[in-house]
Amino acid sequence: MLIKKEKMEMLAETLSEQDVKGRSLWADARKRFFQNKAAVTGMITLVLVFLFAFLGTYFAKYTNDEIDFMVIGQVLELGSPSIETGHYFGTDDLGRDLFARVVQGTQISLMVGIVGAAIAVIAGTLYGATAGYVGGRVDNIMMRIVDILMAVPYMFVIILLLVIFGRSISMLFVGIGLLSWLEMSRIVRGQTLSIKNKEFIEAAQATGVPGFLIIIRHIVPNLMGVVAVYATLLVPLMILTESFISFLGLGVQEPDTSWGALIFEGAGTMQYGTLWQLVFPLFFFVITLFAFFFVGDGLRDALDPKDR
Amino acid sequence: MTAPLLKVEDLRVTFRLKSEGDMPWTKPKRLHAVGGVNFELKQGETLGIVGESGCGKSTLARALIRMVQAQGSVVWMGQEELLGLSKRQMMKYRSEIQMVFQDPLASLNPRKTVGEIIAEPLRTHNPSLSKKEIVAEVKAMMEKVSLLPNQINRYPHEFSGGQCQRIGIARALIVRPKMIICDEPVSALDVSIQAQVINLLMDLQKEMGLSLVFIAHDLSVVKHISNRVMVLYLGKVMEIADRDDLYDNPRHPYTQALISAVPIPEPKIERNKETILLEGDLPSPLAPPSGCVFRTRCPKATDLCAQEIPSLEQGTEGSSHKVACHFSD
Repeated sequence: MLIKKEKMEMLAETLSEQDVKGRSLWADARKRFFQNKAAVTGMITLVLVFLFAFLGTYFAKYTNDEIDFMVIGQVLELGSPSIETGHYFGTDDLGRDLFARVVQGTQISLMVGIVGAAIAVIAGTLYGATAGYVGGRVDNIMMRIVDILMAVPYMFVIILLLVIFGRSISMLFVGIGLLSWLEMSRIVRGQTLSIKNKEFIEAAQATGVPGFLIIIRHIVPNLMGVVAVYATLLVPLMILTESFISFLGLGVQEPDTSWGALIFEGAGTMQYGTLWQLVFPLFFFVITLFAFFFVGDGLRDALDPKDR
Repeated sequence: MTAPLLKVEDLRVTFRLKSEGDMPWTKPKRLHAVGGVNFELKQGETLGIVGESGCGKSTLARALIRMVQAQGSVVWMGQEELLGLSKRQMMKYRSEIQMVFQDPLASLNPRKTVGEIIAEPLRTHNPSLSKKEIVAEVKAMMEKVSLLPNQINRYPHEFSGGQCQRIGIARALIVRPKMIICDEPVSALDVSIQAQVINLLMDLQKEMGLSLVFIAHDLSVVKHISNRVMVLYLGKVMEIADRDDLYDNPRHPYTQALISAVPIPEPKIERNKETILLEGDLPSPLAPPSGCVFRTRCPKATDLCAQEIPSLEQGTEGSSHKVACHFSD
């Protein structure tokens, strides 16, 4: 024989001793995602926006509620963006540092978006998966409740909540959280219906795995693709909702601010020539939304290669 | 004589069908998927169940493990009546009866590693086991079904169909069941792989003293693995007999037709072989024919067949060969 038997046996032994690492579907998806240039750009943009939100405070020379009395009354002449004065983004109409305010607004807006989406992911997934898996009458009742809630104009409800219970950021979270999971639970239910008839679910049932564990172990991991895509598309939606409410003058309270509130103020003073008050918050708003949409698109392509 | 492992008497499965547009008070249509099946399964024995698509083979299997509601009686080891048990009481028997499924890839969760998949029944039935013990058991079982134990962290999509079916078998065997229901375990595989999987099943059966209920529509596969064979048609047993007896001396016209249709892997013989062709299609199980369900396609049917349901009767010699036909040869 050309190859020594002993050597081959040794090779086989060492090979079979090590546990081979598997390549999960997630790893495959990650690879596809990083090949998508638009998605990666979006991802980098998002990271930069997050860094800006959390590290920006260390670079600001002023706090977000500090009024620069030198500037008051002469915002157009003295309040324009400049490095010398320390107002990198200029000041707002009251002489407050716009850089500090944009940083703070970014924090609030991102938080609203992410908390809203997180509530949607957790509540919507569990609700939808339960309805879909149990099926029958339970499914009917659960989904009719969702239908009824969806029929209520949500902007109206949020505004009512904020008016009745007072304007506060926590009330805004409650309002957005109450409504964001509805759409998600519908999508998840649909997916669950198609997964629950697969043989591996039947295999788990046949061996006696309890229903709750089947949902957690078998159904939810197979839903995560759809949920991840939808969640990334939901974050900008939440940001938009919050901005709209802040634009209406409800939402966050002074001196705190958010993108929507800043854009509202900037739009109000546009005619006086202080254009920077609109442009800076708008810039962050727009690139963040674009970035989220690109990432969402990239995720969808990566997680569902058959769909392209 | 010891009691048989499984004694099934008059097992019936009825589905209620509601069609779209029915009023809430309209009575749902009834579909008798399995209509009164009797059989016994001894320890270590293999019962093959054959029949064409839609004749209730899979439903019968699912009724045994209570995945679908059924009436009648299923007695386990002469003691416990499985159909009357509560969910919790049934748990004990779920580890004794395991199942192997038709589509090897679809029966494995794509997001889980092979180790997690095989370990699931073990984790469900022996929650006290530590992680190390589970891994050791899983690896030992993988070796038994001739998978490399070092592939424990791989995912189902990295395996071939035959390997996936071995994973399915390993998952069924890990809790050391007494009986395995194989629902067409090889019909999705290549012929060469079929032989491997079948032989693996037979080896494991000998080693662990398993009883098998083997469902298939491939008669040669069933002939290879079974001790006894049951022929189903429209949810009813047509004939049940020892393997050799059934294949050499089929007495029911339906069985005769089935066996004559088995291709012989020798062109010269195959060309001159006489095949009994049955006319027509399987009647709708919603409206089964009166009397003998096979009469609409039977070459021997007479008026008697339309009026009287033939009972499953023993042959003259008092053997285990039973036929449900008025005119059995």
